[in-house]
Amino acid sequence: MLNYIIRRLFYAIPILVGVNLITFALFFVVNTPDDMARMHLGTKHVTEEAIWKWKQEHGYNKPLLYNNAAYGIEKFTDTIFFEKSVSMFAFDFGRADDGRDIAHEIQSRMWPSLAIALPVFLLGLLVYITFALIMVFFRATYIDFWGIVLCVMLMSISSLFYIIAGQFLIGKLWHLVPISGYGSGLDTTRFLLLPIIVGVISSAGANTRWYRTLFMEEINKEYVRTARAKGLSENIVLFRHVLRNAMIPILTGAVVVIPLLFLGGLITESFFGIPGLGSYTIDAIQSQDFAVVRAMVFLGSLLYIAGLVLTDISYTLADPRVRLG
Amino acid sequence: MKRNWMRVIDANCFSALVGFCLKVKFNKICHISLLIPCLISSGCSDTWNNPYPVSDSGKNILYNAFAERPKHLDPVQSYSSNEILFTAQIYQPPLQYHFLKRPLVLVPQTASKIPVVSYQDDNGVQLPSNSADTRVAYSVYKITIRPGILYQPHPAFAQDKHKHLLYHTLTRQDIQAVQKISDFEHAGTRELIADDFIYQIKRLAHPRLHSPIFGLMADYIVGLREYADTLRDQDKTQPPNSFLDLRKFPLAGVERIDDYTYHIRIKGKYPQFIYWLTMAFFAPVPWEADHFFSQPGMTEKNFTLDWHPVGTGPYMLTENNPNRIMVLERNPNFKGEYYPDEGMPEDMENGLLRDAGKALPFIDKIIFSREKESIPYWNKFLQGYYDASSIGSDSFDQAVQITGQGEAAITEEMEAQGIRLGTEVAPSTYYMGFNMLDPVVGGRTPEEKAAARKLRQAISIAVNYEEFLTIFANGRGIAAQGPIPPGIEGYHEGEAGINPVSYEWHNGEARRKSIKQAQALLAEAGYPGGISRKTGKPLVLYYDVTARSADDRSILDWMRMQFQKLNIQLVVRSTDYNRFQDKIRKGNAQIFEWGWNADYPDPENFLFLLYGPQRKVENSGENAANYDNAEYNRLFEQMKNMEHGPQRIQIIDRMVAILREDAPWLWGYHPKIFALYHAWYQNVKPNRMAYNTLKYYRIDPELRDQKRHEWNTPIVWPIGAGIVLLIIVLFPAWATYRRKEQRRILQSR
Repeated sequence: MLNYIIRRLFYAIPILVGVNLITFALFFVVNTPDDMARMHLGTKHVTEEAIWKWKQEHGYNKPLLYNNAAYGIEKFTDTIFFEKSVSMFAFDFGRADDGRDIAHEIQSRMWPSLAIALPVFLLGLLVYITFALIMVFFRATYIDFWGIVLCVMLMSISSLFYIIAGQFLIGKLWHLVPISGYGSGLDTTRFLLLPIIVGVISSAGANTRWYRTLFMEEINKEYVRTARAKGLSENIVLFRHVLRNAMIPILTGAVVVIPLLFLGGLITESFFGIPGLGSYTIDAIQSQDFAVVRAMVFLGSLLYIAGLVLTDISYTLADPRVRLG
Repeated sequence: MKRNWMRVIDANCFSALVGFCLKVKFNKICHISLLIPCLISSGCSDTWNNPYPVSDSGKNILYNAFAERPKHLDPVQSYSSNEILFTAQIYQPPLQYHFLKRPLVLVPQTASKIPVVSYQDDNGVQLPSNSADTRVAYSVYKITIRPGILYQPHPAFAQDKHKHLLYHTLTRQDIQAVQKISDFEHAGTRELIADDFIYQIKRLAHPRLHSPIFGLMADYIVGLREYADTLRDQDKTQPPNSFLDLRKFPLAGVERIDDYTYHIRIKGKYPQFIYWLTMAFFAPVPWEADHFFSQPGMTEKNFTLDWHPVGTGPYMLTENNPNRIMVLERNPNFKGEYYPDEGMPEDMENGLLRDAGKALPFIDKIIFSREKESIPYWNKFLQGYYDASSIGSDSFDQAVQITGQGEAAITEEMEAQGIRLGTEVAPSTYYMGFNMLDPVVGGRTPEEKAAARKLRQAISIAVNYEEFLTIFANGRGIAAQGPIPPGIEGYHEGEAGINPVSYEWHNGEARRKSIKQAQALLAEAGYPGGISRKTGKPLVLYYDVTARSADDRSILDWMRMQFQKLNIQLVVRSTDYNRFQDKIRKGNAQIFEWGWNADYPDPENFLFLLYGPQRKVENSGENAANYDNAEYNRLFEQMKNMEHGPQRIQIIDRMVAILREDAPWLWGYHPKIFALYHAWYQNVKPNRMAYNTLKYYRIDPELRDQKRHEWNTPIVWPIGAGIVLLIIVLFPAWATYRRKEQRRILQSR
């Protein structure tokens, strides 16, 4: 398994280079370094000299991908792409356009993101699987029918609606929790309640239906019939046998997102005033801060790859027949 | 039999449970179920939705919000309003605007009096104050500051017993353990001196700082451009990010006279320079702070002067987490400034002179929380957790009603909460510009130019900005009659102030000319009925706008309809802001929309936007319309150096008349700012030019606490109802499960 993991990690390098190249190309197709300088320097009294100075200071005064004026290998290395990309692989994310250290920002902002994403993930998993199993237990009854209707309804509503409705009902109308904000220490908990509830409910429809489908596939298999023939109660059949055998597709969907929990949610963090990495990314896109956008995309790719490796490892734990080699 | 028994039990249990909840124990259940949120809510206060710690209740704290995180808090760099909001409370330039008087009046801040200007010829010989502009080679501003002003407590000033600076020889290891500036054990202060102002002026040319006004000031302050070259050369010889000691390099344009006096020498006459002395670009910065933050390891910890300002102002930044919260606290060393004892006649009846003569500031602490979205911001304002709020389009109808006389008034719902409405026309102009380099709307030959002028005039009549403001801005603005907004010299009320090209005076009010008059002008321009006389084809014009959301589509449709009145087809070319700017720079746009916020309350700051030498395409200036009129240019040059007075106003009137006739812009509108204030928020007088006004504001924390409790009592029944609902839903399922299990057991037997 170790060989497999090492091999996968090596595969990650060309993927990351590719992602970095695509991010770079997409970003600079939309924004030239001059645009970035103007965005940073403001709209008033901006001179060409100021733009030139800004680009020089931030290392954007070089060619993007190929330096015709340089010699030898420097034709490729003396470029914005190379200089800005190589350091990423050493986890040196550099500085944002406002001068702040990006690594420092990521370190401080990932915890608020995680504080919401992790409970939503765990609680959600518990709730969705439980409800899916209940629906499977009552399959072909009115409970199953109305459960599906409810799921479709929940799926049909935009996540923004849940946020606004949650803030309106729970925060504004009933005054039970703060509408938005973030605290420090234990005080943080009361700010997390609402986004967690909203997060769990907003994904309930799609996820419950997905898990129900997985369980329905398993419920008619022979081992289930055998278990019932042995006289096992239905809940033991469901929770001990069906659930375990449906673990592979569950893990495929669930484990891969675990590392991405650090990156937070873009809309949720904006509306609830959570100072996490989701809102950091949105801010960077809005202010055309390439250094931050590049760092966040790189981090996202890296974590996604880590998630895929973790998923593979989790298969071996869930199903002893799976071997990584 | 068993099955029926189960059903009876089920039904009995259900009804018993519901009865139990609804009759006797309902409240207890609800409260027990809410024990957890109550426990984790701060200190079990009786307002659970309070986003602030209970320990802050009753304290003299102002609660404010910010949407966009400030990029710079270094006074040499900060220029956006969201940055100045902070720097204006921390840094003190020599001058400020009077809090109450209108039109705006300059008064001293750190200066002891308004600076005296003297003029010199090429040889540095002093000239009489009434000398002709052509003779004046230099203007010298003599600035005297008040003695006894102290900086905020800061480790950069801390000294040991031998009077040596304590934290100026730190190593990376020393800084490693420090998490925030307050972790330094000692803090000190020192008196403000003239050198600190000089140091800051030198910082405008610092090679590692990008002052947005360097280019502008280098044209005026003697030797500043050359000084930048000197510093750049010196910087190359030093290790990266090391301290560049500006004290070692003299700047020709500034001179220290004594500890409390300095001179600024500028080229020629530039009377508007005095307004720049109200901005943080000219506020004092101590060299100690610059040196302190340039020590190795500081930047890696995000300890920079850009993020940890050091000033003499009424407040100091004690927490800077722009992702979540920024906190200003009273500077304990601040003294010597008092609430004004005179203002406008209405200020007395509005209670704005109640605190006359009292020492400033009144508020101990200001907490700015980050609110990126308008909905939570608005709701928290209504709950009393923000003390003031702007009004978004979504909440306008809830907050404001338009009276029969067309006046904006607060709604009854808001009034019942004690909320007040404050309005003010902003010193800004939003306009639609014509690119004068374009052959259709600008013209090339004299004949074409004359025809294009008629075309522009016709469009000026057709585009009804009064209607625009009513439909899209809830009436928040006034249709502009020229480039100069209200409150600025050269703006006239009433008949004298109307634009005779588009309006006529009728029954005591300005009335837009009829569309027939516009059509006549269009025909004179060579497009009768919107058809080109030359080509016989319909007239098509192109409107460049920045990328719009779906919500803005109606505005663009409305604009097309305005042109359609003249049978002109308007093609909207939407693009992102970068491409839009690029088009304007290259002169590729035909008609475009743009705006301008005043830097200072002088008409020069608006009229220069149409000054020929400021043309965008040729000279990269601010004249985006590329308008160039010889007479206008001559008058501008004459006007800009004149002292305020009737003669200057006369010239301004002539300039505005030329502009109205030439119509290089559709004059658009001046936005009106609406803001809401809670009853406990006092001494508020809107001023869109000055940002250092927080020191004048007052809070009544007791009233605020009382209202917050009144408005935010937790409503717990929905939680109980939710639990009951869940039971109602799950109970039959549980019963069915039990029945199934029973049946399975019976069958197996």
